[in-house]
Formats: sequence, C-alpha cells, structure tokens
Amino acid sequence: MIHSLFLINNAGDLFLEKHWKSVISRSVCDYFFEAREKAVEPDNVPPVIRTPHHYLINIYREKIFFVSVIQTEVPPLFVIEFLHRVAETFQDYFGECSETTIKDNVVIVYELLEEMLDNGFPLATESNILKELIRPPTILRSMVNTITGSSNVGETLPTGQLSNIPWRRAGVKYTNNEAYFDVVEEIDAILDKSGTTVFAEIQGVIDACVKLSGMPDLTLSFMNPRLLDDVSFHPCVRYKRWESERVISFIPPDGNFQLMSYHISAQNLVAIPIYVKQNISFFETGSSGRLDIAVGPKQTMGKTVECLVVTVHMPKVVLSANLSATQGTYNYDPVTKILLWDIGKLNPQKLPNLKGSLSLQSGAPKPEENPSLNIDLKIQQLAISGLKVNRLDMYGEKYKPFKGVKYVTKAGKFQVRT
Amino acid sequence: MSLSYSCNGHICENLLVMDSFVRFLKEREQEQLIKILSFLFYIFRHDDLKEMLDSNKDSLKLEAMKRIVAMIARGKNASDLFPAVVKNVACKNIEVKKLVYVYLVRYAEEQQDLALLSISTFQRGLKDPNQLIRASALRVLSSIRVTIIVPIMMLAIKEAASDMSPYVRKTAAHAIPKLHSLDPEQKDQLIEVIEKLLADKTTLVAGSVVMAFEEVCPDRIDLIHKNYRKLCNLLIDVEEWGQVVIINMLTRYARTQFLNPNVNVSITHMCEKKRKPYVMDPDHRLLLRNTKPLLQSRNAAVVMAVAQLYFHLAPKAEVGIIAKALGMFEPYLKSFYIRSTDPTQIKILKLEVLTNLANEANISTILREFQTYIKSMDKDFVAASIQAIGRCATNIGEVRDTCLNGLVQLLSNRDELVVAESVVVIKKLLQMQPEQHSDIIKHMAKLIDNIQVPMARASILWLIGEYCEHVPKIAPDVLRKMAKSFTNEEDIVKLQIINLAAKLYLTNSKQTKLLTQYVLNLAKYDQNYDIRDRARFIRQLIVPTDKSGALNKYAKKLFLALKPAPVLESPFKDRDHFQLGSLSHLLNAKAAGYQELPDWPESAPDPSVRNVEVKDSVCAERTVLTGPEGAGVLLLQTTRGSSNIASGSDESGSGSESEESREETESEEEEEDEEEEKKKRKKLDKTKAKKQAEESAERCAIHTIHQIRTIAPSGSIKMYELLHRITGEGLAVEYCFSRQPFSPDPNMVAVQIQFTNNTNSETKNLHIEDPRLQSGMRIREFAEIGLQPTGESVTVVMGIDFCDSTQAANFQLCTHTRKFFVSIQPPVGELMTPTFLTENNFKKEQGERTSAHSRFNTHSCPTDCSFSSKHLSFFSSYVVVTPPPPPSAPVYRFAGKTVSSGCLVLVTVTTKEGGGAQLTVNCEKMVIGTMLVKDILQALSQ
Repeated sequence: MIHSLFLINNAGDLFLEKHWKSVISRSVCDYFFEAREKAVEPDNVPPVIRTPHHYLINIYREKIFFVSVIQTEVPPLFVIEFLHRVAETFQDYFGECSETTIKDNVVIVYELLEEMLDNGFPLATESNILKELIRPPTILRSMVNTITGSSNVGETLPTGQLSNIPWRRAGVKYTNNEAYFDVVEEIDAILDKSGTTVFAEIQGVIDACVKLSGMPDLTLSFMNPRLLDDVSFHPCVRYKRWESERVISFIPPDGNFQLMSYHISAQNLVAIPIYVKQNISFFETGSSGRLDIAVGPKQTMGKTVECLVVTVHMPKVVLSANLSATQGTYNYDPVTKILLWDIGKLNPQKLPNLKGSLSLQSGAPKPEENPSLNIDLKIQQLAISGLKVNRLDMYGEKYKPFKGVKYVTKAGKFQVRT
Repeated sequence: MSLSYSCNGHICENLLVMDSFVRFLKEREQEQLIKILSFLFYIFRHDDLKEMLDSNKDSLKLEAMKRIVAMIARGKNASDLFPAVVKNVACKNIEVKKLVYVYLVRYAEEQQDLALLSISTFQRGLKDPNQLIRASALRVLSSIRVTIIVPIMMLAIKEAASDMSPYVRKTAAHAIPKLHSLDPEQKDQLIEVIEKLLADKTTLVAGSVVMAFEEVCPDRIDLIHKNYRKLCNLLIDVEEWGQVVIINMLTRYARTQFLNPNVNVSITHMCEKKRKPYVMDPDHRLLLRNTKPLLQSRNAAVVMAVAQLYFHLAPKAEVGIIAKALGMFEPYLKSFYIRSTDPTQIKILKLEVLTNLANEANISTILREFQTYIKSMDKDFVAASIQAIGRCATNIGEVRDTCLNGLVQLLSNRDELVVAESVVVIKKLLQMQPEQHSDIIKHMAKLIDNIQVPMARASILWLIGEYCEHVPKIAPDVLRKMAKSFTNEEDIVKLQIINLAAKLYLTNSKQTKLLTQYVLNLAKYDQNYDIRDRARFIRQLIVPTDKSGALNKYAKKLFLALKPAPVLESPFKDRDHFQLGSLSHLLNAKAAGYQELPDWPESAPDPSVRNVEVKDSVCAERTVLTGPEGAGVLLLQTTRGSSNIASGSDESGSGSESEESREETESEEEEEDEEEEKKKRKKLDKTKAKKQAEESAERCAIHTIHQIRTIAPSGSIKMYELLHRITGEGLAVEYCFSRQPFSPDPNMVAVQIQFTNNTNSETKNLHIEDPRLQSGMRIREFAEIGLQPTGESVTVVMGIDFCDSTQAANFQLCTHTRKFFVSIQPPVGELMTPTFLTENNFKKEQGERTSAHSRFNTHSCPTDCSFSSKHLSFFSSYVVVTPPPPPSAPVYRFAGKTVSSGCLVLVTVTTKEGGGAQLTVNCEKMVIGTMLVKDILQALSQ
C-alpha cells in the first residue's frame, strides 16, 4: 500500500523521509516539485500525481506537503485519509503540526510513523494505543530530559492491554471526572451582489474533551435530533442506537476527540447572521477605484457577533488602498493583494463601514471582475442551527462527573459575490 | 537539529577546529580538499557515535541511537554504523531496542551478513510471554528483507498465526505479504496461513488478513465462502482501514456469487416466461444491510467504499441512499456552487458535477451560476466553464440559442483566452445547425484579425471553410488575409488555411484559384512534414491534371461532405469500467495490482458454499474441550489470561475478550438499552465458567470442562412466516426465535421479526396493537417503526412470555393504513434456554425429578437409528447443550430451564450398542416434558 512518505515544506525542502518497504530514492519527488511549480498556489497541486513507476498522493496541511509514494492499486481516499490522520496525530502529540515541531521531535515522529504503518498498511492509528506505545512529550518531561539527559520513553514496556475497545485504554484514573462537549457550527454560504443567499449550509462538529475514570458508557441526547439527518460519527458511537432512538451512545476515548460531525443543508434552517452592503468599482480613466463596505447584523438570535473580519483578494492591478474604517483596522498587502479589515465586535448601534479609494496600476485595463469578499466571524453561546443538547447520562461507573456543553458559531467558507 | 554536541567536550572542539579549517580552505577555493576533509569529518562524527554505542551507559546509547534515527529521517546515510548498532539489538533498554529495530529494518537489506547476527534475538523474542514483544519481534523479523531467512520467517508466521493473542495474529497477517514479496515461491504455504487466519473470529485480525489475501491470492475467492457471513457480521466492529479493504474485496466477491439485481428489469418483458422472478440471495442482502450504517463513518475512505459497493451491487432503487453521503443528485445541486477560493481541481470537478446535473428544469439556474464563473480571475477555470456551457447547450436543446448568444457575447471579452475558448465551443455548437447562424459565422470571420490563440484561429478558419457557401463574400477575403500571414502562423492554423483554400477552390474557383495556388506553394516549402504532405495531397486531389486519377471527380464530395456534429463529451467519461473509488478509476488507467470487477454471473453459483455447518463446529468444539489435551489448552488459556491481567487491569485475558466481542457482534439484534444489565450477566456467566474451570482443574476430571453455549442464530435458525407477502399486500413479515436472552425481561422469549417492504410506497408507523393473550402471558412490543422505505428490510426484537406453554400469542400488526391479525406459536424447544450443571448435580437433580411430584418419560428410540453427532447437532441447535459427554461413555446429557418459570429440563440419551438409544426427559412440567419427547423423537427419526 503506502510505500514511503516524504515531508516537504513550502519552500520545497524535503525535511523527513520514511520508508515502510524497500527504500525509494527521494528523486521521485522531482515529479512532485514539477507539479508544485505548475500549480502556483499550494492548494492547486493535484492530489494524485502519476509518475512512470509510482503514484504520488499528497495532502497540504499546515504549510507542509505530506507526499506518499504508492506502487499498486489502492483507493486514493484511503491514503488521503491516512495522511490526514498522520497530521492529526502530530498535532495531538506536539500541540501543533509544523515543520519546527516535527524537526524538534524527529525521533518521536519517526517512531510514530513506524507504529502507524506496517508494511504500508495501517497498524495503530488510534491515539490511545499510540500513546501507550510512545509517550508524548510534555513540558516537564522534556525539561527533565534536558537536565538529566535521560530518555523520553519510560523504562517499562507498556502493558498494552489491547482491549476490544481499541479507542480507549484500560485503567484510566482521574481525580476530577469531567466531560465537556463543544458544539461548533460553521456557516458555508454564498451571497450574491444584492445580498440574497445563493447557497447556505451548516457544517457542524461536536468536539469532546472527556476525562472520566474507568469505562464510562455515555449517552448524549438532543432536544431536537430531527435537525440531524446527515451525520458521521467517531467509531466509538453505536450506529444502531442512533438509527433507532436518535441518541448518541458511546464509550468515549480518553481525552480530546471529535465525537461527530453533521451537515445541515436545508436552506430554511440556515440563518445568515450578518448582511454586507458593498460597492466596489473601478473607473475606466484615472487608474483608480472606489470601495465602500458596510456590515450589519441580520439574524443573530440576540447574540453578539465577534471577531468579524472581511478579507478581499484584490485584482493584480490594485496597487494600494487609501481607506478609512469607522471601526477596527484595515491592512492592504500589495504583494499578496489581500485587503484585510479586522472589525472585531459588531456593534448594532454603530454599524462599521470601510470606505475610500483604490489606486490602480496606470495604463493597465480595468479589472473585469470585482473581487468577492470573504467573511470571518464568531458567535459565542449559539449553535446557529438551533441544535441543543438535552442531557448526558453516564452508565457503568458510580461517580458523578462534571458535565458541560458549549456552543459556538463561526463563519466557514462565507463568501459575498460582488 | 541541535544534536547535543555538548555532551562530549572533545567532539565540540574537534568540530570547531574542523569548521574553521574548512572555512579557511573554502576561502582558498580548494574544493577537492574540502571534499576529502568533510568526508573525514563525517568519519569523525561517526566515530563518536560508535564510541557512544559501545559504552555501557544506556543513556549514551540512547543518545547515539536518537541521532542516528534523526539522520535516517533526514535521508542521510548511516549504513556504516551497522556493526556498532546491531550489537545493541539485545539491549535491555526498551527505548534503545526500539530504535535499533528501526535502524535494522532500514539497513538490513544492504548488510545482509551482519543482519543475520540479530536473528537469534528475534527468535527469542517470538517466545516471549509478553504479546507486544512477540508481535514486535515478528514485525521486525518479517521486515528484514534478507532471502536467507525465508524459512525462519515462514515458521515464525505459522506459529504466530495460532498465537492466542489476536494482536500477534494480526502481526502474522501483516507479515504474510512481506514474505510473499520477498519470496513468491512461498505462496502455497502462505495461502494455507491465510486460510487459517480468515477463519479467525476477532475483529482485530479480519482487516489485516483480508489485506494479505488481496495481495497474495486475490483470485482464491473460494477461501472466502465459509467466512463470508462472518466477515459481513464483523464488519462494523473492524477498524476503519480494515473496513475499506474488506468492503472492496466483498464487492468483488459478490460480483462472482450473486445475480445482478437490476437485470430482470430490462429482460423480463422479453422472455418473461423463461426467467424465474429475481429473488435476492439473503447473503447479498446481508452485505448490503451490514455495510449501510458505515455510511456514517467519519472516515471518507469507508464512506466511499460503501458508496461504491452500493453502486456496483445494489438494486437501482437503493442506490439513492448513498446520494446524501456522496452528494450525487439533484437536490444537492447547490452544494456544488463554486467559491473563488476553491482549489482549481475542485472547481473543475464541481463544474463537471453541475454540468451532469443540468436538465430542462434547472438549466436556467445553472447557466446564471456559470455566468458568474466566467468572470473569475482563474483563467483555466473560465475556460472549463465555457466548455461546460457548451455541453449544457448540446445536451439540452431548449437552451442552445441562449447559450450560443451568451457565448457570442463573450467574443468581445477583453481576455483573449476567454474569446478563444468561446470560439472553439461556438464552432462545435454551430455545426449542429449552421443554416440559422450565418451572422454568427460572419461575426467570427471578423475576429480573425484580432484573435491570436492558434486553436481559436484554426477553429474560425475551419468554420468559414465548412460553411463558405453561407458567407460567399467574406470567405475569399479571409483566405487573402491568411495567405499573407501564412508563414507566421502556427502549424494547426496553417493546416486549416490549406483546408480553407481547398474548399474555396472547389466552390468558388474563379475568385480563389490563384490564392489557393499561392498557399499551396508556400506550404510546399514549409518546414513541417505534415504541412508539406497535406499540400501535396490536396493539390493532387483538387487541381485537375492529366495524371490525376478518379478521385478528382469526387473531391467536392470528399471535402464538403456533411459532417456529423461533434458530441461534447465530459473529460471524465469512459472510466466506468473501473471500480469506483479506485486509483485506476481516478487516473483512468489500470494501476498495478488492480483487480478487475467481474461481470455478474449468468446463473448464481451454489449459495450453500457459504453455509457454515453448525454440526462441524460443535463437534470440533467438543473434541477440543473434552479431549485430555484440550483440557490442557483451556486451562492454559485461563492461566495465561490471568497472568496477563496481573499487570493491573481487571479485564480478562485476550482470549476471552475476543470471545466476548464475537458474541456481541453475532447477537445482531441485541437491545443495547439494557447493555449494562447484559454485561453484568455476561460477567456472571464468565466468572461462573471460570469457577467451573478451576474446580475441574482440581479434580482433573475431563468431563466437567465445558462452556455454556448459546448457539448462534446464523444459518441454523428456522424462519417462520408471520404474514405472507400477498396477504400483507406487499408487506412480508417473518420471525424466528433468536435464542438470545431477551434483555429487558429475562423471563420472556426473544422473537426476532423481520419486515420486508415489497410495496411501491413507504410503510409507516409499524406497530403492534390489541394483543389477545391467554391469562398470564405477557408481551413486550418493539418500538414503533416510523418509516420503512420501499424494498428495505427491518429487523426488530420483541419479547413474549408464553408462560411455558405452546399457546399462541395473537395480536394485530398495524401500519399507517392497514391492520393484520397475526399469531406466533412457539415450538416447545424454544421455550427453554441452556443451563449449566455438573455431572453430579445433573444426576442429583435427575434423582429428585424421578420422585413423585415430577414427571419423567423414558422412550426407546427406533433401533435403526444410531445416535451420532448428527443428532447431537440437532439437540444443540434446538434445545440445549451442556454438558457434553465424555466420548467413552455413550451417555449424552443436556440441561436447560424454561424461560418463563426457570423450571429445570433434563434430557438424557443413552445410546445402546448395536444402534438405538434411550431417551429420558425429566421435567416438572408435564406438558412440556411430553411435548419435548415427541419433538425430539420426531426429529431423531427423520
């Protein structure tokens, strides 16, 4: 299946290689570099590249290309999912998945890769099993290690009770037993020039942080489970129970994990929290243009919109922007041609507005198309779909856990066409 | 990497000296010397590592190994350290050991002789009491690609395949393809191991062994038969990666074993009488049913695998269920609207989906959407959008004119690429109805002055040539301009100029004769072969000379023949012969190792190959559990298990764990509601069994070792009809006694009911009403089934307390429209569950029941019937098992108790020499006893 893995940073440096079968020369990556150059933007690199003897399947994450080498037929999604799992494992272990952390922890990274695949086929990808085999670094431990020069991994072999619940290790103990759930919803939307919704949907996830002793068996139920008709679950969730009763019944993994994700596409359920009035125009003469953007609250369910940011990818001919914002700060980067207006909290009494002129490259024809606006925002204590957790019950253990649910709504791919 | 140079002072100094020296040399530009010195430097550094590896401090060794692994990770060569590293393979420090393994696997192939030194360490590791050490020893051993150790590997794999730790067995499965790629001649032996591991019942092993199967012997579909149902049932509990592999394999399997569910739709009306109506094989249904919940997996690869399974195997009516997960169909149109921030390849794919979804109803929305795309800054995407518009226009006649007008407007676009792409598409569209569009052709003729993109110029020229009769005045003028610029044109344009010239010569030679001659002369001396050839060919064809042959007469027909309009095709077409979701499908080219998806068979192969005979397994169990060695095995397992537990967990050993997980998956219809209770009970059972095992160990009495077994329902359980498809007006209902404890109420008999909706509409609100029962009987209804789509089957479990009688339970089955009167009557054997008694207890209980207040029956069996294991299997599947008899004494004892009142039922069969047997049933309930005797005798005489 997966023959080798190369990690390549944005500058094209190959900084880690791992082979699960015989060694494949890193020169195979030249095909990747060629494709990378052709694609201009890193996002545009084709995920599957064919070379005379191999296939290169890659993902781009956290400014790193994970390039895997394949020799025989395998479902491409299988490899892509696996590569994402590798990146997630790094994130889980080191707090972030970046070139620096990978280089700093290269031995652990190598050991992890060794455990995750055997002969190119996934062996242990569950974080709980991995953490028993290879201990993640902690600040304390790495400090002690630097002082004493001792090992990062325990002297004793992990007992590795490879239970039939592969996602949970045995013998978990906490003094404070707690279970937190974050309902995070992202609005993906396209609004047209006049502000009408062309398309809107919600991508929701429920992230969990469960620190409970023993083998708790949890049941999470919703006030309005009917909202959810397109869901996917962590493997710990019992599908049958969901099918028949619409409750989520599971023995949780220990620590942080994503319990489920869902997708609400019914347009009438998707509230658009803000409206945007915009007018961007370029003049035929004088090499200039005008920009006027105003943002206001629409359906916010009485909550405050925070962290509001408007991003505009300007056409190449826009040299600079001379604007004034009634609220927040703006910045135009003439190299990347990105105008970024950081508004912050949306005050319904005093609507923020960004207005001013744009100067264009003289002599160049005026841009054909007006740039679209990308919106970023956050609303605390609200799931925009109206999804509400009803209760969490625990079976199998005697103690009383501390429980909590948090709701957040964010803008996902929220775009206003102009 | 800040390697800790600080730990060794003199190295640090060395480095500094080297560094300044090298810099000094660099300044002198002595490159050759630098090379030599940096090589020395290299050696120095490695010397230092070797020193550390040879030290007796683990911390130094570890530091050295870490640095070496970091070198490997960066792709630096560390092979010269092999001798120093391999010495540490037996190091006590587990961390050092692990890193040495990493190193070994990387370099063993290059240093075969030295690698052999380490083999004995692994062989020792294979016998370690710790399962993780056994597994890792096998992993490393099998990863060392050295041919000479093939026999050792083979032996190790075989042993590990019967290891009692499922984790080690999993590692064995992984090792199989490794050995196969190292030495393909081992194939036959490896297939034996695969066969053995395929029979494994743990979820941990299933995915890995199917992977090995796919790599080593994907064509041995016969190995799957016996494991098919088990794989289907285990599937949901297998880890995600295994699920993908298993689902893909089962897709192929199903294509060889079942009939095409869609074929009779088209064929029946042709040969209706010949063909039997299509009935889906229950195993085919089992696969579809058991994969469906996986559509909710978080893993996209699993979802894709299920989607392709439905695509390739499901009846057309059911394929729709994957639409939501895949987003394939019209209601999800808007999910494919494109954002300016999408990566190009995503944009192109979305565009493709939108184009395929376009129909009369939604085309106006889609076209409006396309119009916004044309303004995008991403020019590749704009070009693709224009092509998409062209395809919509060809597919949907109504909008052709609208599209054409839109494209013509694009011709005045400022961006040349947009114009060029539009020209190409317009050309294709015009070919469909040229007569009506001469004004567009004229418009395009004017464009030739401005457009520089070769493909677009060539398209315009072709168009003018082809329809020169529609633009008689403009065409010669265009040729004049082209003749002027001929030498500066691209090749494809030159070819079209020649083409245009030829066509004009044939239709309008008066005006264009000289021009044509001129163009052909220019072409005659062109640098390009093709153009010279074309010129010569055309001159011969159109200009009449003495030598010119018969073809000349037909020149006009040849050039101005009516040409069929081109079909605008998707760039993604022509790949449907590949299995969906495969690499080959994505690339539209067969990748190495791709397994063709076979066509459905004409007639179904024998479905009974998948039957797993209960008899066999029971007999096997019996010998294993009762033979003297068998007892040893069992005891060993128990002790091993507990020694594993000793490390601080209250879970029982791996063996019984897997047993439990299997049971859980098999009892498909378990009410998870009451799982807690059930678990408790299971635990009780387990401890009970354990106690028994200990007891037996003390007594060393073979015949007391046994297990309480509920025979799994698969295959052997009889289905009864509750409602026939015809009386139920399309709703067919079957039921069986699942022989599982009914967890909400242990005094009830679990009845598993399967609804199949054969109607054309959904059935709603399936529930039970108005039960009419004998006094004392109780019923526990299943939860109402809200909605049952067409063609679907749903299985529910209800509980009935029959009060230990064979009276029927009557009730009404209601749907949202209809009510049906139905009744369930249990055979007597279904009223009891197995129970456990030691032989002594059995005898004691039997003694009590021969006394006055109970009832016992003794019957002679027919003399011609020798009591054999065949009958044993009858008992075990029908009534109760336990305890199995010692093979020497021909007395079979079975104990059970009735579900409702828990009254003991004891069955004794004493075989007689020379055939025949005596049957004794002891039971306080007279009726039950009598009926049981009757039933058993009837079954025995069959």
